[in-house]
Amino acid sequence: MDYSQFLNMQAELSLLAVIVILFVADLFMCGDGKKGVYNTCLPVVLLTIHTVLNICPCCQGAGEAFGGMYVHTPMMSIVKSVLAVGTIVTFLMAHKWLSREENLIKQGEFYLITLFTLLGMYFMISSGHFLMFFIGLETASIPMAATVAFDKNRYESAEAGAKFILLALFSAGLLLYGISLIYGATGTLYFDEIGKTLTLSNPLALLGLVLFISGMGFKISLVPFHLWTADTYEGAPTVVTGFLSVISKGSAAFVLFTVLIKVFPELVGAWNQAFMWIIIFSITVANVFAVRQNNLKRFMAFSAISQAGYLVLGVMDGTAQGMTSLVFYLLVYMVANLGAFAVITTIEENSGKINISDYNGLYSTNPKLSFLMTLCLFSLAGIPPFAGFFSKFFIFMAAFKAGWHWLVLIALINTVISLYYYLLIVKAMYIKGPGFTEQKLVSISADNDRVMPEDGPIPTFRVDCYTRTALFICVAGVVLLGICGVAYNCIDSFSYGLDKVMEVCTGCCK
Amino acid sequence: MSYTLFILLLPLISFLVIGVVDMDIPKTGKVWSHKAAGLIGTASLGIVTILSYYTAFEYFFCTPRLADGTLPTLVPFNATWLPLGNLHFDLGILLDPISVMMLIVISTVSLMVHIYSFGYMHGETGFQRYYAYLSLFTMSMLGLVLATNIFQMYLFWELVGVSSYLLIGFYYTTAPAIAASKKAFIVTRFADMFFLVGILIFGYYTQSFNFSFAGTVEYADGATHFIACNPETALIKNAAMTVLPISLVLMFIGGAGKSAMFPLHIWLPDAMEGPTPVSALIHAATMVVAGVFQIARMFPIWIDYAPQSLSIVVVVGAFTAFYAAAVACAQSDIKRVLAFSTISQIAFMMVALGVCLPGHGEHANHASLGYMASMFHLFTHAMFKACLFLGAGCLIHAVHSNEMSMMGGMRKYMPITHWTFLISCLAIAGIPFFSGFSSKDEIISACFQYSPICGWWMTGVAAMTAFYMFRLYYGIFWGTENKEHHEHHTPHEAPWTMTLPLVVLSVITVGVGIFTTLGGFLNWDWASFGSIVTATGTQYTIHFDAKIAATSTIIALISIGLATWIFKGEKQPIADKMYAAAPRLHRWAYKRFYMDEVYQFITHKIIFARISKPIAWFDRHVIDATFDLMAWCTHKTSNLIKGVQSGNVQKYALWFFGGIIVLFLIMYFTC
Repeated sequence: MDYSQFLNMQAELSLLAVIVILFVADLFMCGDGKKGVYNTCLPVVLLTIHTVLNICPCCQGAGEAFGGMYVHTPMMSIVKSVLAVGTIVTFLMAHKWLSREENLIKQGEFYLITLFTLLGMYFMISSGHFLMFFIGLETASIPMAATVAFDKNRYESAEAGAKFILLALFSAGLLLYGISLIYGATGTLYFDEIGKTLTLSNPLALLGLVLFISGMGFKISLVPFHLWTADTYEGAPTVVTGFLSVISKGSAAFVLFTVLIKVFPELVGAWNQAFMWIIIFSITVANVFAVRQNNLKRFMAFSAISQAGYLVLGVMDGTAQGMTSLVFYLLVYMVANLGAFAVITTIEENSGKINISDYNGLYSTNPKLSFLMTLCLFSLAGIPPFAGFFSKFFIFMAAFKAGWHWLVLIALINTVISLYYYLLIVKAMYIKGPGFTEQKLVSISADNDRVMPEDGPIPTFRVDCYTRTALFICVAGVVLLGICGVAYNCIDSFSYGLDKVMEVCTGCCK
Repeated sequence: MSYTLFILLLPLISFLVIGVVDMDIPKTGKVWSHKAAGLIGTASLGIVTILSYYTAFEYFFCTPRLADGTLPTLVPFNATWLPLGNLHFDLGILLDPISVMMLIVISTVSLMVHIYSFGYMHGETGFQRYYAYLSLFTMSMLGLVLATNIFQMYLFWELVGVSSYLLIGFYYTTAPAIAASKKAFIVTRFADMFFLVGILIFGYYTQSFNFSFAGTVEYADGATHFIACNPETALIKNAAMTVLPISLVLMFIGGAGKSAMFPLHIWLPDAMEGPTPVSALIHAATMVVAGVFQIARMFPIWIDYAPQSLSIVVVVGAFTAFYAAAVACAQSDIKRVLAFSTISQIAFMMVALGVCLPGHGEHANHASLGYMASMFHLFTHAMFKACLFLGAGCLIHAVHSNEMSMMGGMRKYMPITHWTFLISCLAIAGIPFFSGFSSKDEIISACFQYSPICGWWMTGVAAMTAFYMFRLYYGIFWGTENKEHHEHHTPHEAPWTMTLPLVVLSVITVGVGIFTTLGGFLNWDWASFGSIVTATGTQYTIHFDAKIAATSTIIALISIGLATWIFKGEKQPIADKMYAAAPRLHRWAYKRFYMDEVYQFITHKIIFARISKPIAWFDRHVIDATFDLMAWCTHKTSNLIKGVQSGNVQKYALWFFGGIIVLFLIMYFTC
């Protein structure tokens, strides 16, 4: 066996090293649960080193290990780095929550479990074989259930964990069934070999494709596989919700894209059809639900479903431009969504409030926080000059160029609806003063049942330095990614080479 | 020469710092923000000026010329900002003779205005805001002239529009300033709409926004000629030939809005509501010539693909020059006189660009005489007109009024202002050995080459220029002194921060004038503006056509004599008689030939009443209703399907499974 192939697995191995160091540190450095050297700093620093080390060699080109089970391309390095940065931000956000009395003893666990999830995602992204892919997927989702139920003494958290694991198992079972069908149709589980032999005429392959889409749709929370999302997001600790809505979703979306173009290139017409309906329903249904929400976490769940719909627009036709805009969208969505979650977390930790109506008059007491929240929401809604506008613009352009004009139109109409509900929060923070009571609202809108009479706005508080750092990273991303198109060009330079493969395939199909 | 990037970055940084940082130190109780903001702004501008001069030195004297003796086009920095398939928006820096010349003009005038504002704006509330806007404007204007592509130019074009709007409305508590800033913004935005359409048409047919096409390869070895579009690679070659003139004319409309050409000039006189240094910087020397610069930038395309359309530029320019000069003769507000004079002078530059004809072989240079003259006039005009405006600022500072009737006999009180004002007046009137003579004379000879009618027309306008400028001069510094006002408040010379810029600008005016006048008569190559800025890039030596030079000088002298005769004395019997003889003409000219009223009528009576009202009804009843319907549908659907989200895991799994089956059926039957 050639051990040099391990060198290709740099990202996974270094992450594993981080996990081991943290594990040892957790065991020996703070056994009594007191805050010592080991708190948020160590994991953040280690993970930052890991990320920096991984971003640099992403230009080294492609490679593979273990007979093609593990594949590595520069694009994958970029996606892994994006996910790692997201995890760093999540850790920074989690500091205050983990400093709670009941969480102090388990804070080491949180880091380890989250990093194991990340490791699973790394393997899933780099897989070249369905078994590898499945192991990665499960490594990512089982620890995830543990983090969802992290506040195990809180009823909602435990319930959310149970719902998540049940449906995750259900979808994993179906996915495994789909994989076995594909194996039956082609006799191999290597992505490259399946891609060569699988044809449209084989109904087994079609069913396999549907089951694969459903499995990934569950992770990305696309309609109709999304129903767990709202309940889980609401029940899970807010930090975990943030992680779930960005990192987990993003990795799955990227894998969906790569597997579709590698394994099912011949079936491009079929999956285009499927995704057309999935996207339309995801965006629309999620928007329709988001309008009614008052609980912010539930609200963010539906927002995340609709964002997932936009994200998957990049998958249509599997073009290189789609790939670039998908990754860019992922990056921008990550900073904006995590920024919003950082604000939600810090408000929850400081005041215990989580409803939109609680945010009434927030601007008068916490103006800076309100402003940052507004920036993130504007980016999510896609208002120029923030990054969200450009990411939406690129992904719409990719779909438009691929010929999906109606789909883009529907997505555009839905952005108008999304603007409405994102601005509801902005309105609550800025316009509705603490004296803005129910009676006044009756004349304005019919949904008066959502607004509770308020005793006053959330009092002023100081944000801790970890959350400040997280917010700084996110807002810098929201602003800079919008103004400088360099990031997009950089990603774009790595997605070359895809076009030719797909041109041949789409040519065959049509 | 990548240091040129700092020319753009420094003003941007100083804008952010001055604009965002609170410079007052509350504990000491002293107000630091004035000094700090002014010093930061001026210091960064000082560095920018040094960099600009160094760039110019390196570009004109150290860069090796190409084989045919032309200056190369350099692109020290260029980055793709927004890719759109084949088309892409770039941001970069392009150095060629005209952009380097503009660097000098902008940085010099801007630095002078920064220094001047120390004195002029002393004690104003919002001093810090003022300097922040000045930095923003300078950055935008520099970005505009350094643009590597038409889209970047448009971007900065809008930014100068915004900063102009902010600065005109600087005194935002007074009603006229608010009205003027809105007017300026709306009129120029209206024109910019055409510019944008022109750009889009241009980009669509040529598949490029770049001024220097063919990308980095040509950049690297320095494009000989400035080629904005390459018809060989154009998408539709024949269509491009017919569409290019249209897009160029649309761009010209945008330029006409910015450069206040008739009938889009109405915003500029009102823009004088802003602080006077702002008028000097934005509304006399730099922003208003953006339209001229734009045509000069696109000139190779004009001359190659739309030479006939240039006659539009000539007609618009010639009419505007005459119209503005006529109005300037009757104004009593000194800033208004200068504003109309600016319009008239910019029209001169426009005409000079328009009268260029495509030439061949030996005549290639001869034909593009107008281009060189236009750029030269832009340069000289920026210097002396800024000097005039700053001088007017000193006067306003001294008597607290814009009205000529409040002044008179000011030469006794303000000697420095008086002499610098006189020098600039002589320059604009076109007297030899002052810079305006050399450039205006070139314009008039270019006009005579185009057609004698045009030549005589512009000579006439030049005569009017000399007349109204000396009417202004005598009205302010001689004439009837408003003793009542002056006793109450004795005028005094401005502080050194305000007089220093005047002296510097008038020294430039005289220096350039002496060198170029002597150079023109004695055929000195090195003292010729044509050796650095020409349409084709090859050197061109200015030598005066003795007949034209003599004619225009004599006519200017006659006009000045006439103005002296009428306006110099304490009593002005001739002027009074003239008013009495043609009261209606004077009134019309004073009211600017009722152009504002015409606009009021068109906008209010026709557009608002006849067109906007029905549209408003449509908006309120159809479009709003559509959105209300959307909201209603959303709400209803939301209520209808909320049962799906039941919280029941078994049902979730059922939906999951149902979804799979439906998807499979869709895929199975559609493929």
